[in-house]
Amino acid sequence: MRIGIPQEIHAGERRVATTPEVAGKLIKLGFTVALQKGAGIAADLADEAYSEVGVEIVEDVSRLWADSDIVLKVRAPEPHPGLGCHEVDLLREGATLVSFLWPAQNPELMDRLAGRKATVLAMDSVPRISRAQKLDALSSMANIAGYRAVIEAAQNFGRFFTGQVTAAGKVPPAKVFVIGAGVAGLAAIGAANGLGAIVRAMDTRPEVKDQVKSLGAEFVSVDYQEEGEGTGGYAKVMSEGYQKAQAEAIAKQCREVDVVITTALIPGKPAPKLITEEMVQSMQDGSVIVDLASEQGGNCACTVPGQVVQRHGVSIVGYTDLPSRMARQSSQLYATNLLRLLEELCTAKDGLAVVNMEDEMIRGATVVKDGEITWPPPAPRLSAAPPAGAKPAAAAPVVPEKKPLIPPALQPLVVLIAAGLALAWLGTVAPAAFMSHLMVFVLACFVGYMVIWNVTPALHTPLMSVTNAISSIIAIGALIQVSAPGFMMTLLAGIALILTTINMVGGFAVTQRMLRMFRRSE
Amino acid sequence: MSEGLVTVSYIAATVLFILSLGGLSNPETSRRGNYYGIAAMTIAILATVLGPKVTSLWPILITMALGGGIGWYAAHRVQMTEMPELVALMHSLVGLAAVLIGYATFFDTSVHFEGVEKTIHEVEIYIGILIGAVTFSGSVVAFGKLSGKIGGKPLLLPGRHYLNLVALLAVIFFGNLFLNADSGWGGTLCLLIMTGISLVFGIHMVMAIGGADMPVVVSMLNSYSGWAASATGFMLGNDLLIVVGALVGSSGAILSYIMCRAMNRNFLSVIAGGFGTGTGTATASEGPQGEVQPISAEDTAELLRNASKIILVPGYGMAVAQAQHTVFEITKLLRERGVDVHFAIHPVAGRMPGHMNVLLAEAKVPYDIVAEMDEINLEFPETDVTMVIGANDIVNPAAQDDPNSPIAGMPVLEVWKARTSIVMKRSMASGYAGVDNPLFYKDNNRMLFGDAKKMLDEVLVALRAG
Repeated sequence: MRIGIPQEIHAGERRVATTPEVAGKLIKLGFTVALQKGAGIAADLADEAYSEVGVEIVEDVSRLWADSDIVLKVRAPEPHPGLGCHEVDLLREGATLVSFLWPAQNPELMDRLAGRKATVLAMDSVPRISRAQKLDALSSMANIAGYRAVIEAAQNFGRFFTGQVTAAGKVPPAKVFVIGAGVAGLAAIGAANGLGAIVRAMDTRPEVKDQVKSLGAEFVSVDYQEEGEGTGGYAKVMSEGYQKAQAEAIAKQCREVDVVITTALIPGKPAPKLITEEMVQSMQDGSVIVDLASEQGGNCACTVPGQVVQRHGVSIVGYTDLPSRMARQSSQLYATNLLRLLEELCTAKDGLAVVNMEDEMIRGATVVKDGEITWPPPAPRLSAAPPAGAKPAAAAPVVPEKKPLIPPALQPLVVLIAAGLALAWLGTVAPAAFMSHLMVFVLACFVGYMVIWNVTPALHTPLMSVTNAISSIIAIGALIQVSAPGFMMTLLAGIALILTTINMVGGFAVTQRMLRMFRRSE
Repeated sequence: MSEGLVTVSYIAATVLFILSLGGLSNPETSRRGNYYGIAAMTIAILATVLGPKVTSLWPILITMALGGGIGWYAAHRVQMTEMPELVALMHSLVGLAAVLIGYATFFDTSVHFEGVEKTIHEVEIYIGILIGAVTFSGSVVAFGKLSGKIGGKPLLLPGRHYLNLVALLAVIFFGNLFLNADSGWGGTLCLLIMTGISLVFGIHMVMAIGGADMPVVVSMLNSYSGWAASATGFMLGNDLLIVVGALVGSSGAILSYIMCRAMNRNFLSVIAGGFGTGTGTATASEGPQGEVQPISAEDTAELLRNASKIILVPGYGMAVAQAQHTVFEITKLLRERGVDVHFAIHPVAGRMPGHMNVLLAEAKVPYDIVAEMDEINLEFPETDVTMVIGANDIVNPAAQDDPNSPIAGMPVLEVWKARTSIVMKRSMASGYAGVDNPLFYKDNNRMLFGDAKKMLDEVLVALRAG
């Protein structure tokens, strides 16, 4: 099958849906790959790099779309400014399109695609199950956006992020407050921490606290009891009481910090307004707010989507194209996400993509199948739910507890008494010579016990080989018997002597060989 | 040499033997320890040969030269990965020698005892042969299992505990007959029957034990060979043998105990055999959820190159693939670049106690960067990358998280606490314990599939290139 990658036409979009490296892997899967001339330029990816790995460079946009069985894109299709027609109309009838789509926000586009009898996989609709992590483009883009948000904040912030003590005076570290510890929020925490700032973070889901802490940030908790996790690991709308407590906590932070990065989003809803105009007013002059939710209306009341504005002495960054501002990196990650999806579609590696609607992951991503709208998918099964086959009751077999014959507290005493009685019996019947041997034996056991516990575990193998070697001391028995009268004796003792000498010499030699290998680092 | 001088020599030998084991407390003094052992053995043998009881020298010289030659040859031919096999084989020699000496003592007409002394002497012979025979056949089977000549799976006969019980009763019954036998032939017959039963018992016991429990078996047989020597000492009335046997016996017993503790298992349950056949199977159907994330050798090299602290966790798989030299090359390269590299050794990694340490030492890994489990478990949270090379059960988080797991409660290396863990594995098959490993499905875990040696070679090439 032929994969076509057109240039992105959305204003300011610099990303491209595949990179030379990934294109090479697509070709290995059996596909042929064609790229619109110059599609990768904005992401610093030259046409030559693509053609080197075997990608065909096509100049004519309409031909590229018409010849492709699968079209890979970043942004959803939109009217083409150069050709005067909609991109959907360029798509060959019955072909497959893979891109971001936002089906909930774009019902007309969905109808249009259905009209082309297309099959459409929306990268934003990939279900949030652990299996699908590798093709979760939302996460990989959010990661970049979070990182970039810190860079933009630093750009607009007139001070160091890290604290310094210099000859010219002491510089306090910047305080950064991140609202929403999703993928973007966590990336922002990591980046800000890396620049040396003091980072605090807040989230409605208390279970992310550990992740926040692991990245070196402080978790700001809201003094109100409510679980904030909705389906699929996303946040949900909170109760009024919670929102009030949250607003207080945020207002307090705004008075203290220099940089606020907001990433709060609720799926399918406008972004919650968390930062009011008064809070912006309360911030110090020269502070920065980066609003990652600006495309969905913004978390801050003063955000202007797509722009940087000054309000009450505070810079408010409302860029909606943060991933595109790091086009090369985001193209690389997005292309890899697409590659993983195509690997799932083409498990046979024969260059034929099969959309298997039985597969939960594929089913979730597929929003139009052969001209039929299949969105929304049936509710996803949560990966944390117990598997269907589990039998909770049968899992715990009832083991009747055995009653010990003797109460546990008395057991050592009983053992002692038994041992004492046995010794006493032995003392009355056994001859004196035996008793003196027994004494030697018991003492030797204790000496062995003391000595062996001191052996370092690293030398346990040499210990075994050396003890093995010295256990051939029974050769002494054989030595004495060799001289005893009788052929049988000599034969038996002779064989025993051979065996023990093998053991003796072999054991010591191999121990020596081993010990010679143990060395310190120079 | 008079009897008194012989005894004094034996005392010197005893002290040297104890010093020899004491020397192993530290790698620095360990070589001296081995020399003490050699000196002690030489003194003991010379004193005996020159003593009043030995009259014919030639058979001794011939047999010892022959045996010594074979031993020397074997010790220098053996691969370090084959150490468990060699040790098992050597245990069998001690066992067999103890049996032979037992028979020889029984046939020895030059010593006469009466009454209780006679009974005790015969009991000593009987027990000595018994332990020797079990050690012999058990070690031979252990050797077969370790060298792959016999399958590693436990062989579980129906009613095997009753079989063992019947064997024990039979041994006691024939022991009674043996003590009361008048003529020499009756006693010999009883001894032969008992030897046969013991041999079968030894085979059966080790056959029922799975591959992962081999460290316990090897150290247990080590212990047996010591008790066999001790029993021989009682038989011959020789204190030196008693002492040395007791030292070896307690050494093996302590090692078995350490191994059992490292697997959170009861010694009796290991010896009774059959891992995973207990209550643990009830939850076996409920495997961990999710998907593993594979990683390439190049990406592994990239991860290693960017790390500042790395812990490597070797297991039996490294020994099988003979990958220890490549591991060392990688370690050397990373250490030269200023990366902090350590090794973490689980007590039961490999097929005998300390197996991994010997392999790493052979590959010239300095012992001061090789740490034990207790030392290093606290360091995993501060580690960038942990690499698990051919180990499975010893890094299984289910041992801590899942109370229904067959290995629940076993101390494990907490590799998943590092920022990234990489597990090298041939395939997704489960470990010897037959337990699925949730580690593989963790978000911060990557799987590097393939033969350990081959993949590590690729990692090394990528590291050198970068």
